[in-house]
Amino acid sequence: MKKTFWLAGAMALALAQPALGADSIKIGFVSTFSGPTAAIGNDMRNSFELALDHLGRKIDGKPVEVIYEDDGQKPDVGKQKTEKLIQSDKVDFIVGYIWSNVLLASLKTAVDSKTFLISANAGPSQLAGELCSPYVFSTSWQNDQTPQAMGTYMNQKGVKSVFLIGPNYAAGKDMLAGVKSTFKGQVVGEEYTVWPSQLDFSAELTKAKNSKADSIFVFYPGAAGVQFLNQYAQAGIKAQIPLYTAFTIDELSLPLQKDNALGVPGAQQWVNDLPNPENKKFVEDYRKKYPNLRPTFYGAQSYDAAQLINSAVVAVKGDTTKKDAMKAEMEKANFKSVRGPFKYGKNHIPIQNFYLQDVVKDADGQLALKTVATIVKDSQDGFHDKCPMK
Amino acid sequence: MVLVEQSLNGLQFGLLLFLLAAGLTLVFGIMDFVNLAHGSLYMMGAYFAATFTAWTGSFILGVLLALGATLLLGIALEFVALRHLYGRDHLDQVLATFGLILFFNDAVRLIWGPAGLALPLPAWLTVPVQIIPGVYYPAYRLSIIIVALAVAALLYVVVMRTRIGMLIRAGASNREMIGALGINIKLLFTLVFGLGAALAGLAGLMQAPILTVQIGMGENILILAFVIIVIGGIGSIRGAFLAAIFVGMIDTLGRAFLPDLLRMVLSSAAASTAAPALSSMLIYLLMAIVLVVRPEGLFPAAKR
Repeated sequence: MKKTFWLAGAMALALAQPALGADSIKIGFVSTFSGPTAAIGNDMRNSFELALDHLGRKIDGKPVEVIYEDDGQKPDVGKQKTEKLIQSDKVDFIVGYIWSNVLLASLKTAVDSKTFLISANAGPSQLAGELCSPYVFSTSWQNDQTPQAMGTYMNQKGVKSVFLIGPNYAAGKDMLAGVKSTFKGQVVGEEYTVWPSQLDFSAELTKAKNSKADSIFVFYPGAAGVQFLNQYAQAGIKAQIPLYTAFTIDELSLPLQKDNALGVPGAQQWVNDLPNPENKKFVEDYRKKYPNLRPTFYGAQSYDAAQLINSAVVAVKGDTTKKDAMKAEMEKANFKSVRGPFKYGKNHIPIQNFYLQDVVKDADGQLALKTVATIVKDSQDGFHDKCPMK
Repeated sequence: MVLVEQSLNGLQFGLLLFLLAAGLTLVFGIMDFVNLAHGSLYMMGAYFAATFTAWTGSFILGVLLALGATLLLGIALEFVALRHLYGRDHLDQVLATFGLILFFNDAVRLIWGPAGLALPLPAWLTVPVQIIPGVYYPAYRLSIIIVALAVAALLYVVVMRTRIGMLIRAGASNREMIGALGINIKLLFTLVFGLGAALAGLAGLMQAPILTVQIGMGENILILAFVIIVIGGIGSIRGAFLAAIFVGMIDTLGRAFLPDLLRMVLSSAAASTAAPALSSMLIYLLMAIVLVVRPEGLFPAAKR
């Protein structure tokens, strides 16, 4: 009698075991949580956590476990953390990646293991072209798209010539190439600076000033954007040569850039005041959950990444081994994005609108970003032809 | 015209590096103490200046208070922690002061938060001034040049013309001997360390309006300061001064003119990629050459 009891117990336990193992959705999140750009990683984590709150901390009825890892803005560290999340934590999805060079270093590990990777920011040209993969999706953009929109806007403004300045790494090169591909005027100079260590741009600003260019275009994400804008204003160039930017002014850098950012335009696929209901909910709840902070586009993209994962898992009723079905569902972009509806190209990069954003003083006298106009509708990256996926 | 402006950029950067390197070379040369936390004092100077400027509403007052605060912090640090490490091996000192870097970074994160601070300039420093006809230069960068030159002159007078300076020089060439002559070496060390801290703080707070005030801001620039004291000769203020200007010039002029030079021999795309990498290497090339030709540095303090 006693023996049978134990046997039954053991059998029940054996049956329960595999079910327990698959009972949660595991997500790895790689971003920068230390050093000068930690504020960006924090914003991404905050937004991802808010998205999980909005989903009731469950995806298709299963609890969600997120493991956050810090890449320290270093490609080798990012690759290591990606390997750890995939090989020892066995995550179902891996999300995050601010930096193009970190993503490029980590990409192979995810693709080889057939783990879904969702880039919530980095969009190197290689990812959209020859390195595209069925297992990789982006909730951001391809690097060239945003500066391409800026180049189009500069044409509309009648700008005749430009001096380009950017950091010397994967994204910097994509960004400057992006402006050049749409800007119809003359490019009188092009300078790359050492990334991320160079923070003093005196030599480059002096060259830009003496180049007699009509305008300056820069790409400096994070703290470097603050430093560039300060030095641009201090050198008195703000009064002489107007500045056009991509990813240089956002809700994190604005409190430090202050009035130096007033009137400096940027292009973006998401702005905090986009009028769709999902975005209103995102921005309001973010500011409620994290007082004194405002969400950035980095956060909006991370919020969307959580929604994209949710759509895929719900479509396969929680069976995350059905990778083809999950891929097919994600390709539909079947969720309510905070940027408004968008489609995926065959390379899994969004085809989306880009808006002109300006820095203004809001009702409380605080500096804020505001949508001024739509620069381009349904912009698709220029590398999708190189992607072998159908 | 461009050359004049770029040379001023180089001079400004060099002089700023000098302020940082002067403190480091004094401490290293006289006390034989390797202080990796020198960059943390640079960071603290910037944080103090941003805080005091916000409190008092005056940039000048904030800067003066921050200078005093960094001096006191340096003296306190020497008294509490570093004093016990003088007799130890260099490796112990490196480990302990590396720990201090982590301590300061986390202390700053706790007190001021991770986001960093801004130190806005008063309006009269944000305008460009005409230095020679047709050449305008940012007033603030010009004021850095003036302040740093004044500090360098003051240091020269103190070190070469006063009794304390004589003791400092004596300490740099033979520590045991001045101790044996009955000089209070402990007090001298505390003073020297405080002076070095104040100089690092000055460099940090002057750099703050150009860059941002943020955690870890002293770590990259500390490497350059070490390069400078190696090139200039450890313990030599004059060597640090000349090497700093040398390094500042090479770095800035390299960034300014190397891309155009390379474009003459390489394709434009290859040149713009290679130039920043190459120009950031120039300084280290210079150091390697100096180490081969004159391992003791260009202007070594008198032999031990």
